[in-house]
Amino acid sequence: METTVIKPYLRLAGLEPLVVRPETNFVNVGERTNVTGSKKFARLIRDNKYEEALSVARQQVESGAQILDVNMDDALLDGVLAMTTFLNLLQAEPDIARIPVMIDSSKFEIIEAGLKCVQGKCIVNSISLKEGEEKFIDQAFICKSYGASVIVMAFDEKGQADTKERKIEICERAYNILVQQVDYDPQDIIFDPNIFAIATGIEEHNNYAVDFIEATRIIKQKMPLTKVSGGVSNVSFSFRGNDTVREAIHSVFLLHAIAAGMDMGIVNAGQLQVYDEIEPRLRELCEDVILNRNPEATDQLLAFAETVKAKGKTVVQDQAWRSEPVEKRLSHSLVNGITDFIDADTEEARVKYPKPLDVIEGPLMDGMNIVGDLFGAGKMFLPQVVKSARVMKKAVAVLTPYIEAEKEVRRLAHIEAGTVNEEGAGAAKILLATVKGDVHDIGKNIVGVVLGCNGYDIIDMGVMVPADKILETAKREKVDIIGLSGLITPSLDEMVHIAKEMKRQKFELPLLIGGATTSRMHTAVKVAPEYDEGVVHVLDASRSVTVAGSLLSKEQKPDFLKTLKDEYSKLKQDFANKKTAKSYLPFAQAQENKVKIDWDAFTPVEPTFTGTRGFTDYSLEEIAAYIDWQPFFIAWELHGKFPQILSDEKVGAEATRLYKDAQVLLKKIIAEKWLTANGAIGFWPANSNGKDTITVLNEEKKELVYLESLRQQVKKAGGQPNISLTDFIAPTESGKQDYLGAFAVTIQGIEPHLKRFDEQHDDYNKITLQALADRLAEAFAELLHKRTRTELWGYAKDESLTNDDLINESYVGIRPAPGYPACPDHTEKYKLFDLLEVTRLTGIQLTESLAMYPAASVCGWYFANPQSKYFGIGKVEKDQVVDYANRKGMALEEVERWLRPVLEYDA
Amino acid sequence: MQIQNELSKRILIIDGAMGTMIQRRKLEEADYRGERFKDWHTDVKGNNDLLNITQPQIIIDIHKEYLEAGADIIETNTFSCTSIAMADYDMQSFAYELNVEGARCARIAADEYNAKDPSKPRFVAGAIGPLNKTLSLSPDVNNPGYRAVTFDEVAIAYTEQIRGLADGGVDLFLIETIFDTLNAKAAIYAIKKYFRENPSGKGELPIMISGTITDASGRTLSGQTLEAFYTSIRHARPISVGLNCALGATQMRPHIEELSQIAECYTSAYPNAGLPNAFGEYDEQPHETAHIIEDWAKEGFVNIVGGCCGTTPDHIKHIADQVKNYSPRQLPVLEAVL
Repeated sequence: METTVIKPYLRLAGLEPLVVRPETNFVNVGERTNVTGSKKFARLIRDNKYEEALSVARQQVESGAQILDVNMDDALLDGVLAMTTFLNLLQAEPDIARIPVMIDSSKFEIIEAGLKCVQGKCIVNSISLKEGEEKFIDQAFICKSYGASVIVMAFDEKGQADTKERKIEICERAYNILVQQVDYDPQDIIFDPNIFAIATGIEEHNNYAVDFIEATRIIKQKMPLTKVSGGVSNVSFSFRGNDTVREAIHSVFLLHAIAAGMDMGIVNAGQLQVYDEIEPRLRELCEDVILNRNPEATDQLLAFAETVKAKGKTVVQDQAWRSEPVEKRLSHSLVNGITDFIDADTEEARVKYPKPLDVIEGPLMDGMNIVGDLFGAGKMFLPQVVKSARVMKKAVAVLTPYIEAEKEVRRLAHIEAGTVNEEGAGAAKILLATVKGDVHDIGKNIVGVVLGCNGYDIIDMGVMVPADKILETAKREKVDIIGLSGLITPSLDEMVHIAKEMKRQKFELPLLIGGATTSRMHTAVKVAPEYDEGVVHVLDASRSVTVAGSLLSKEQKPDFLKTLKDEYSKLKQDFANKKTAKSYLPFAQAQENKVKIDWDAFTPVEPTFTGTRGFTDYSLEEIAAYIDWQPFFIAWELHGKFPQILSDEKVGAEATRLYKDAQVLLKKIIAEKWLTANGAIGFWPANSNGKDTITVLNEEKKELVYLESLRQQVKKAGGQPNISLTDFIAPTESGKQDYLGAFAVTIQGIEPHLKRFDEQHDDYNKITLQALADRLAEAFAELLHKRTRTELWGYAKDESLTNDDLINESYVGIRPAPGYPACPDHTEKYKLFDLLEVTRLTGIQLTESLAMYPAASVCGWYFANPQSKYFGIGKVEKDQVVDYANRKGMALEEVERWLRPVLEYDA
Repeated sequence: MQIQNELSKRILIIDGAMGTMIQRRKLEEADYRGERFKDWHTDVKGNNDLLNITQPQIIIDIHKEYLEAGADIIETNTFSCTSIAMADYDMQSFAYELNVEGARCARIAADEYNAKDPSKPRFVAGAIGPLNKTLSLSPDVNNPGYRAVTFDEVAIAYTEQIRGLADGGVDLFLIETIFDTLNAKAAIYAIKKYFRENPSGKGELPIMISGTITDASGRTLSGQTLEAFYTSIRHARPISVGLNCALGATQMRPHIEELSQIAECYTSAYPNAGLPNAFGEYDEQPHETAHIIEDWAKEGFVNIVGGCCGTTPDHIKHIADQVKNYSPRQLPVLEAVL
């Protein structure tokens, strides 16, 4: 039986749950259902027009509010009655009651009245120490007995906190009272450290935004399970009347506050300027006032505010192909991936053809067929296909409203005539998802695009999708194929689970398995036996098209599945046979045969510091110099060595174009600071026990943690050792104090850009950006390793290696990553994260499957010993796993679950 | 807590339907009235909870049948013992007494079995039903903001029931058949308040919570998804959370599986004996129900199982036999860091 793990997330509920996970980003709290903030809403309530007031709430939900703030604090209103009436009515509207309610009042009696009307788990906004501890505790107890989360305002007996120090001090005091005396769960505590207006002309106010942002950062560090919220519109109060400037200020403020740890805020979700779209000069001035980095900032922004104007677009020049008929032009745009004219051309075709669907089935599909043929013939490459797909998506987006309108007309006609509407068959549907616990999706996105180009209707459920959601969607949408993706090893188990569930729920559609961690062997041995309706491992995006084609053709499917079944059962058999082919040593013998290092002759180098050190917002430009480009091309399914690939006879031209586009994007990322590189490294005194345990010590030589290693167990040719990472650390009995290091790096901030590209149907740049972020993370790891060797640890001060040497790993010492061949156990990542304070220093989070989020993150250990080298553990036997589980204090079954890919035996 | 101890060791069995067993005895108006209410001014036939006072031996006997069948937890016959529900018979003033007597009947039966075999403790769960009036729904379609009852009224009624059950000697409380989460929240509020105001040396009694998913939508009658429901009652820090009523075991499976993944506490499930047939009768046979529930035990979804409407001691016996060899669901690991 598998152990379920439950994380201490903030969990709220309306009719549906809202779980605030680290990756949730920012939670929008709808603000218009507030009589103090919205004149319209106040008037409706005062006039008893509750029906209309509900439509204000509905509009908030529709424009993306995830929580609804309700406030009835008005001198002319009976607040208790208004709150009760409105919330009771609201409960009868499932589309609004879906989201949790934030009951907002400065009068506690109104809050309690609200709590009595809502079945879901609410947030109380707010309580504070304003009137002393006794009252605060009383109110907290009442909130708790209704099961509500609470917002605590940074307000105490002395008044409202305005400086960073006061904000932190009050929040900490409130936290201790709530947790220790009221027994509140820390994750149910939300702080509002007060957002005050800036740029008011009063000098003391200039630092208010900085105070909030910095206080937020510290609060989240000291009390990591709590949340931070605030009323964002306060900050721009002095610019009221000038919405352009206000929205820009909000957007810039949020960018910084969210980066510091702000989790939610009361905002008008429909009215936020996209940070990157803000006029650059305005953005800079906003940055100046928010970060208080220029005493003249307020005046400059005031002056500039008067001049804000929209700017025109540049015109693109015409070309010869533009004079061709519209079908040719569409085809040209598709094949060449040109989006400039696609909207107009599609519109022209729509007018020309009898039905909008004819445009898709006619010229657009013709164009895509050319793309498909060229791709199949190896004359077009993935990056180009993705660009074509972007054009296609844009064209379809133009036609969709017309197609929907026609459908509706036909539906109504059918109803009137009493006939049955049998349409809706359309293109075959393929559902794609990265499984629960996994955050990696570049490959899945590529597969989606390529299949989309080939006429399939793609439902992409994104990342970290639980099994029930996948299967529920598959049923509801009546999909024809399910495709699962995953990159880390625990995802394999999740795929097996989904296959089992599909069998139990009697699914009949085929299942595709893909992603870097999957293999034909794993699919054949573990997944295929669990589900009988066809399980296919798909190596890459280009293969996915033929596989989907075969599976959806009635004629080909039986043969295809039969062949596959034979192939897989042969693989399974081979696997069973092969297992006995290699022989394994008893674990004790393998331990005897360790790497022999002459410790007497070894002098450990002491690092320049011990403990941890963080690197925030490291120069991307510096990092970019360390990029290893080869994996970037592999992500795009262009195989070959870099830079030779650029002049490759076959793919050279496209590789060069891709490389150029990537360079342009990379420059933009660096210049416009799209991404932030954060890292952490640490060094500690360490010794081994001569077997498989490394003891990490602090400066006082007190034991911090034990790292457990696995050891190669396969019988080696004469003289070859059975390696374990522990072998590279001096044993205690050598009398030498050795050291161990660790690192973690991440590239943050990709989400808004991915979202933007999504909205622009621009898969090409989306995938390029994702691949670049991955490369930057790896490059950052390479850079820090170099600095570690030559400077920070300094065990190889004289090293002079080129980037190629680095890529070929010709340096001294290694940096193996938990979850990879030398230390395949992902759960050691917990120790690394604790020891190195990774989440605090870099913001990287671990998912339940121990994937790192953001996906572009790398972590690992540093070993400095000149004899240390990269190796793979290979398979291990049960005697070692039992010993390992004992050492780790984990249940055997759980260890086996994590180590499944390296187990020599069937667990 | 003794029950916590048992839950960590094995799957516990909760009893089956009380109403079905009372029905079998074909009681008449006079039986319900007994000596004490022979001149009562309304009909009382069908007021099953009244039997706690007028026919205690029948109730004790039914409890014993379930204990004999293998039940570890028996529910008091107090599903409707609140001043609000008893108003249907104009008996609101007897609510406290009905609870005390209901608890006493179950206590007598359980103590007898505990004395016979002290190695297998039996527990009395004070049953707290959902009320016939709801806090989240309006009974008037033309006035969706109207409520037939207020939160305070519900909390007061539940407080009286809780006091009666506690005074009658129950081992724990079971808030069950929840189709409106806000009613359940009022019961939780009442329990927490009761213990804050009446601290006893033994601390608070454990709370079991059991919701009702009404149909294939996977939602409660008041519209919440299962996860939303769990999130909304989690603050009770219940010893178990689960599902009962409305569905048969077949229909309940996906929901109990989901619950087993999200619940931080133990899980319980006691479905109806299938879905009712055209005559409103339940005809799923004991071995059929038990077979489905065995699968839940095998999959590790449950810690407490039993039956609701239409189930009998025979169902309970089959269920107990089928699950006795399976280990209980393991509690999830609650992480302390994000």
